[in-house]
Amino acid sequence: MIIHHPILGPRDAQEFVYLGDASLIDRPDGMTAGVEVFHDYLYNRTNPAGEHQELWYHEQGDRSWLVVTRNTVTHEITKVELARDVARSRGRTK
Amino acid sequence: MANLQPLTALGRREATTVTHGPLTVSERTDVALASVAARKGRMAALTKAAQKAGVPLPDPATHQSGAPYSAFWTAPEMWFVEAPFATHELIADLLKSALGDAASITEQTDAWVAFDLAAPDLAPLLERLCNVDYPARPTGHATRTMMEHLGVYLIKHGPDTARIYGPRSSAESLLHAIETAAHSVW
Repeated sequence: MIIHHPILGPRDAQEFVYLGDASLIDRPDGMTAGVEVFHDYLYNRTNPAGEHQELWYHEQGDRSWLVVTRNTVTHEITKVELARDVARSRGRTK
Repeated sequence: MANLQPLTALGRREATTVTHGPLTVSERTDVALASVAARKGRMAALTKAAQKAGVPLPDPATHQSGAPYSAFWTAPEMWFVEAPFATHELIADLLKSALGDAASITEQTDAWVAFDLAAPDLAPLLERLCNVDYPARPTGHATRTMMEHLGVYLIKHGPDTARIYGPRSSAESLLHAIETAAHSVW
């Protein structure tokens, strides 16, 4: 499987480490959001048969975090973005 | 005062050179190394300071030579800077005073072992060692990759010359990997 790194171009998937659902970026505020919301964030994942946004780490490359949009049925990768850019576009400052 | 003898990454007094067939592997002990990372939101200030100080900050996946400072890209807004050890042993201090608080700088000289590879064609050697398509990459290409179990930086100085930076504590293992691959080619 080839992942098209937004900076470095096509890279073999063996250079990457898979973390999981990219919803990990949207961590709720544990002090105000309440236990239920934080529990969902920590433990509950949708497991779609189809398009899925997931976090990959370029461990053997430039060590950047990526958000990869992948179809879990066909393994087709439709979009690769830097996780930093995705987080910032969702209003995060770090 | 104790009279201490510096040792190379391979534990010897002098830099090691190994030859096999057309290949020469030379350990380099005359390179000072430091990492330079832009602090958050300070990239513009770093670019300005680096330009003034003559520190190149090349594009992603590239190496840029210069005197005294050369540099290669390692991560977004982060570079490794090389300089001659004889004049720039205190490279981290020199860069800190040149670049100010726009960048975070870390001394790297003694964390790495540097090997220069030279052979008329390095492609058959490097295709056994890592998954970088060496002939297809341009001269000046710099990337992090895996050789055996080791994460290394590979810099293409030409089709016949390359430099590898590997973890210093695994210098023997890295040299062994290169020699093993060389024996299967030549």
